[in-house]
This record gives sequence, C-alpha cells and structure tokens, in this order.
Amino acid sequence: MSEITVRVGGAAGDGIASVGETVSRSFSRSGFYTYGHNAYQSVIRGGHVWFQARASSDPIYSQGDACDVLYAMDRQTVDVHLPAMSQGSTLIFDPEKFAVADSELPVGVRSLPVPTLEIARKYTPQSILQNAAGMGAAAFLSGIPLTTLQKVLADSFGRKTGDIVDWNVGAAAAGFQFASEHTSANAHVLSGGAAPKLLITGNQAIALGAAAAGVKFLAQYPMTPASTVMQWMAAHSQSIGVVVKQAEDELAAINMAIGASFAGVRSMTATSGGGFALMVEALGMAGMTETPVVVVESQRSGPSTGLPTKTEQGDLNLMLGAGQGEFPRAILAPSNPLEAYRATIRAFQLSEDWQTPVLVASDLHLSEDFMTIDRDAISLNVDIPSLFQVEANGHDYKRYAYTPSGVSPRAIPGQPGLNFIAGSDEHDEKGHLVSDVKSGIPVWVAERVKMMDKRMRKLDGLRRASAGPLVEGDANPELTFVAWGSTVGAVRDAMKILAQQGRRTRMVSLPTVFPVHGTELLALLKGPGRRLLIEANFSGQLGRLLRAETGLEFPDRFLKYDGEPFYPREIVHRALEVIGHVGL
Amino acid sequence: MSGSSAQAATAVGTPLPMLGKSDTKPTWCPGCGDYSVVAAIEMAVKRLKLSSNNVVIVSGIGCSSNLPHFLSSYGFHGIHGRALPIAEGIRWANHGLTVIATGGDGDGFGIGAGHFVHTMRRNVDMTYVTMDNQIYGLTTGQASPTSMMGQKTKSTPTGVIENPLDPISLALASGATYVARGFSGDVKQMADLIAGGIQHKGFAFVDALSPCVTYNKINTFDFFRQRVYKLESAGHDPTNLVQAFQRSLEWGEKIPTGLFYKVDKPTYEDLEEVLSTGPLALQPTGLRGRESILDEFI
Repeated sequence: MSEITVRVGGAAGDGIASVGETVSRSFSRSGFYTYGHNAYQSVIRGGHVWFQARASSDPIYSQGDACDVLYAMDRQTVDVHLPAMSQGSTLIFDPEKFAVADSELPVGVRSLPVPTLEIARKYTPQSILQNAAGMGAAAFLSGIPLTTLQKVLADSFGRKTGDIVDWNVGAAAAGFQFASEHTSANAHVLSGGAAPKLLITGNQAIALGAAAAGVKFLAQYPMTPASTVMQWMAAHSQSIGVVVKQAEDELAAINMAIGASFAGVRSMTATSGGGFALMVEALGMAGMTETPVVVVESQRSGPSTGLPTKTEQGDLNLMLGAGQGEFPRAILAPSNPLEAYRATIRAFQLSEDWQTPVLVASDLHLSEDFMTIDRDAISLNVDIPSLFQVEANGHDYKRYAYTPSGVSPRAIPGQPGLNFIAGSDEHDEKGHLVSDVKSGIPVWVAERVKMMDKRMRKLDGLRRASAGPLVEGDANPELTFVAWGSTVGAVRDAMKILAQQGRRTRMVSLPTVFPVHGTELLALLKGPGRRLLIEANFSGQLGRLLRAETGLEFPDRFLKYDGEPFYPREIVHRALEVIGHVGL
Repeated sequence: MSGSSAQAATAVGTPLPMLGKSDTKPTWCPGCGDYSVVAAIEMAVKRLKLSSNNVVIVSGIGCSSNLPHFLSSYGFHGIHGRALPIAEGIRWANHGLTVIATGGDGDGFGIGAGHFVHTMRRNVDMTYVTMDNQIYGLTTGQASPTSMMGQKTKSTPTGVIENPLDPISLALASGATYVARGFSGDVKQMADLIAGGIQHKGFAFVDALSPCVTYNKINTFDFFRQRVYKLESAGHDPTNLVQAFQRSLEWGEKIPTGLFYKVDKPTYEDLEEVLSTGPLALQPTGLRGRESILDEFI
C-alpha cells in the first residue's frame, strides 16, 4: 500500500480550495483512492483556510490524520500545522514571503523553500500564479507525474485557452523542476495507480443522483453547506431539463417543490438546519396531502447560526420531529458520496412509492468534501415509472382511498375526471375536508381515525422498503461502533488501524435512520463486546432514538461538537480507552 | 411518454367537463362577501370555457382559503400564507394548466407578504384573487395588515396603531403586470376583472373588497357602496403606471375599483429556457444514456 497526504494552507482568497481540488484531482486521475477535505471559515478574504488531500492505493474513507507534504502560503499555516507533520515529511514555503528557521522544524521534518513568487513573475505580475509553482513542487514530492498535474490544471480552465493556461502549466513545470533539483522525493510517495476515478463531493453526488432519479424541479434558498446542490443543478439545468428556482426563502422553496410535485414532476429542495427549521410546517403539509417531496438537510454546527462552515450531526432530533402532529417520513443518512448518489435515488423512489416526504440527511463534511468513486460504481440507468398511473375518467375516484398499504391512487392535475382537492386540513377519502362543520360529529370522528391510520400505515411500508442496518468488521468483536452519516468513514479508517493492532472491532451503521429497523438493530447490538456510540453532536441523538426503539443503553460514547470532522486516530484512541490497551 | 394519458383524453375529443360548482357547499357566514368572489370566479371561467381538469385553484388558510373546495377544478388547499409558492410550483411543473390562487388579506399580505412581492416581480403567468376583508375572520376578529388605523379589534382593543398596507400600490411597485380591484357588491365587474386577469399573460392581481359581516363592522358593504367609483368611467388610462400609482393612493371618501394597470411583458415561463420544449410534467426524465455527464468528475 502507498499513501500520501498533502495539506495546503493560507488565507481565504489565496485560492486554497482550488489548489486542494487540483492536487486531489491529480491523485484521482492517476487512479488513487482520494479524499479531499476543505476546511474553511465564514470569511471571503483573510483568516486561515486549509485543504487536506489524501490519496492511497487502497480504499480510504476519511481525510486521515497525516500531513506528509505541507504547502504553506502564509506563516500562520506553518504555526498551525507544523505540529501535525509526519516523520519524513516536507514543508514547502516561499522564503520571499516569510521565514522558517530549520530549528523550528520537528525532528524528521525537512523544509523546501521554493521561489514561487519569483517563478510567477516570469509570466505575470499577478501573484496568484505562485500557486501553480507550489503545486509543481508538491507534485514532485508526492510522486505525481508533472504531465498529470499540468493536464488537470489546464482542464480546470475549461474551454479557456491562451496565456492564463500556458502560464499555469509553465509555472507548475518550474516548481516541479526546482523541487527535483533541490531535494529528493519525500519519504512518503505514491506508486501504482489505476484507471482514473471520479472525484466528487457529497452535494454533487446528491444532485447527480436526483437527476438520475428523474428530478425535474429544484427550489432552494442559498445556505452553507447545501448551496452547491443548487449550483450543480443550475449549471446543468438546461442540458438535463431541470427547472432550478432560487426562492425568496426556504418557506417558498419547499412549498414550490410540493406544488410542482402535486402537478406531476419529481421535486426536491435542499437546505441546512436553519432553512429546514423554516420548512417544517410545509413538510407536514406534504405528509398530510400525501405529496412526495425529497428534502436534503445538510447539517452544520448549531444552534442558531452556529459555525456556518463547520460540520455537525446535531439536527437529527429536528428531522425526526419536524412538523406538528404525526405523519410518515423516512430519513436516509448516506455516509459518503457514492452512498449519497444511491440514497438520493432511493429517496425519490421511497417518497414517490409511499407518497410522503423523505429526508436525505447530509452534513458539511459529506456535502463539501471530495471523495473518489469508481466510474463503474455509478449507474445512470434508473427505472423511472410514469407518474400518470391512474386511469383518467375513473368512476368515483378517491384520491385518499383507504388501502391496506396506506397508499392511494394518485391523480395528476390535467387528467380528466379525476379532480380532487389536496387539503392540509383533515379530509375524507375524496379529499373533502372534515375539519369544520363535520368535526366532532361521531361518524366523522371515526373517519379521522381511519384516515390517520391509513397515512401512518405507510410507515411500515417505508421500513420494509428502506435499507436496514449495515454491519462490517469482525464477527466476534471486542467493540461495536454505532455510527450514522459522514462519521462512518472515519470509523471505517479507524477500524483498519485497530485491526493492524490486532483488535477485533465491528461497526453497525444506519443508512436509514428512520423508520428505525428496531428488530434487526436489537439483534445486532445486543453483543458480544461493548458498544461505542459515535456521533457529531452534544447529546448522542441517535443513541437516544435507538434507546427509545430498542431499549438498549449506550453508556460508552464519543461525541464531538467542536465543528471538526472525526479523525481516525482519535476514534482509535477512544476505542482503546473503552476496551483497554493490550498489555497495560 | 408519461404524459400520454393526460393528453390522450383531450385528444380523443370527449367533451370536457366545464368548471362549475362542486358538490361542497360554502360554509361562510350568510352575507359574507366571499360568496360574490366564488360566483365571480365561476362566471369568469365559464365565460372563458375553461375545463375543470385544466384549472388548479390554490389557497392558503383562512375563511376565504376554503374556496377551492366549492368549485369543481383541481385544487390545493395548503398552509397559511403559502398559496403563491405552491401555485408557482404547480405552474412551472405544468404551464399548460390555468392556475388561480385565492386567499385573504392575512394570508396574502401578512404571513405571505414576502411571497406576494416576489411572485409579482417574477411575472408568473397566473391569477391571484385576494378576498380582502381587513380583518382575521377564522380566528374570530383580530387586526389584519389592511385594517384601518384606529380600528378596534380583539387584538387591538384600543385601536390599530399601524398604517394599513396598500395591496394595489404594493402590487404596482412589485412589478405585477395586471392590477385590479373588485368589490363584492358588484359581481359582474369582479367577474370581468377576473376573466381579464386569467386571459392576461403574466401575473394578474385582483384585490376583492369582500366585507366580513361578522367581525368587521367598519368596512361593510354600505361603507364601500358609498365610496366606490369605477376607474374606467373616470378616464383612467390603465397603460399609464404613474396614473395607476396616483389612483392607488386614493382611499377615503372615494375608493376606485376596476383595472388600475395592465402591461405586456415576458412571463417567467417565457424566460425559463427549460420550459420552452413544453410542460415539465410531460418532458423526458433521468440520465439514461448520458454517461458523458460523468466526465466532469474525472
């Protein structure tokens, strides 16, 4: 196995994210499993931002813990990240910008001063070209061929040609050349590689999955970290035929999506916790009117505005309880971009089949970080049934007919003879409201109960049709991790480290958080070994849900609410605290 | 593909059911102004020979928002204040449908005010009829955004101390391309205004002065009968925005009704490229055979 992690840091506005993405794409295009973690702040200029690009010849599921090459674009990056640098790693910086004394370097870490600004000036007075020179040096140290980096750089300008592309390609070559003349390759270097892989963020995968599932309408209000769902869809709106509507607020966004769904198109909205809080009432309307809608909830650190650019899994309670009264819903929690692609397709199918809202729970860590997917793993051939399922001019059509499954035949406006009113008030099988002059009259009291039971029956169907818990790892574990969503990746990487140490661990994760697959979970979680609940929130919200549904307690927990994603090493550390260090 | 059944029935030439009353009787108080509005909508759609299956009437919550139940079209009786975004979604999903949103002054100008402004600036091709009674009726008589200064209500026992919102000038300022005011005391005029709004290509707003006979003892039928005059008989030019603004400011001894303003501009649906190939609900779906879309991720 070969593996390397490159970190690049600087101030917002330095182009850190595009450097990080370019390095990541150089890895993925060379056929390595790649993870790109973008750590940024809620500022447009200044501050400290950094990007961690990790690549390996073996599958990886998180940003990892290492720092084998650090490209520091400002002095603060050195101060923040120097302590994290691995044995045998290299620090790249430009001595024209700031100094780093050799005495500052930890043992086993060397520095490579690269004249990035001087290289840039040969082409243009604009200092941004220094990034290409720095990337050239990083590519040399990582074992990435110069031509790969140059091609990725050139492609990043799209159809643009001319000086700007040539300068970047030239500056990258100069940086690569300088590094090759002034240092040897890093102690950590990539070798091997295979067919190019797709490098994709969770939000891109969600948008792609929605398109593959047949979405025709997306309404959204910008909010980090959900905005890039809308951005991807808007960029492809015309080529794939999706109406993308930036609404005046999240209230409008979800109501537009529900209206569009009612009128016969697959519809969605995406937001973060603050926006989802505004959507709560309409979510119940979708449940009551039995109108399908897919809502992506990409969580960030709360409460309130919280840490807008940092991750958390703190909205599970909100998603579970969103809406007055009770109505069926499903909450899917993909753990990485590939799962996000598949879960989004599944969300559309479930929502349509069961005529009720389905939530896709993401978070900043999943939504915005990059990860590789084998191209063959993505199938665009999704079966998309017609929404015009009910024969027009049906006799005595009942939109909300009582059925054993709870699902009633759904007419689409425009179909002759099937007219009905979708009402947010309680209604009878025909959709006539029973909320005013009929309410409280015994026969209609009974009708209300029947209609409520009909809707809630769909919950059983949703449970049966949704993905059950996933089990991986040792069949006879000392410890079982319990995790959901983006946290699963770091646990998976931690389990690999623990296995190397001879420890037997297992993970039970929940691709479907709700409805809870209680019977299966109880069987899986009873034992053997201890259970360690891992969640990115303060109170262990999944643990509380599982306790309510299975009666199981989760005394051992690793809860994080500092805004940062889980790192494999800290999970290993916590696991060993729970099961004990061998030999101690 | 999927739209075939929706289109087929139209194609075979079966006589389409005309839009009319449904079998649900209104539950409004006797004498409520809203009876005139539902009658005017029915007259307008009959005059335009609209079939019941191609019309969707959308509403929020409030006395007047029960209106979709009383007509035989498709309908969506949504949540408070959100009739317009629901209606927009319906319209964009299938712009072959005639979309009419209805509701009250609380629904449209209070809790839904943000949507009111934004839907108008988009010039979505739909008609919005507000039954403006200047009071919250269904919650038994609290002040509304159009309640007059000084009016005593259950929530303002010593009188309203806020200026009322003027829906007509707000609509003009927001970019509505058809702005009218009707009065429940004149069903024929109201039907004309609503029919004109439905025929108008763009966002048509009709504010219907629709007295609440139970909770608003000030803005009564008599109050308006003594004050209303028709714009068309006063030499008003509805193509002149400045004149329209001037007339919209009249609210006192004289209250104008009729068409304030009408202008032809491209609609949102005209400008949304994706809709140029036909209603969204009848377009192909998915990414089957579109493997090249993955190239951008390499």
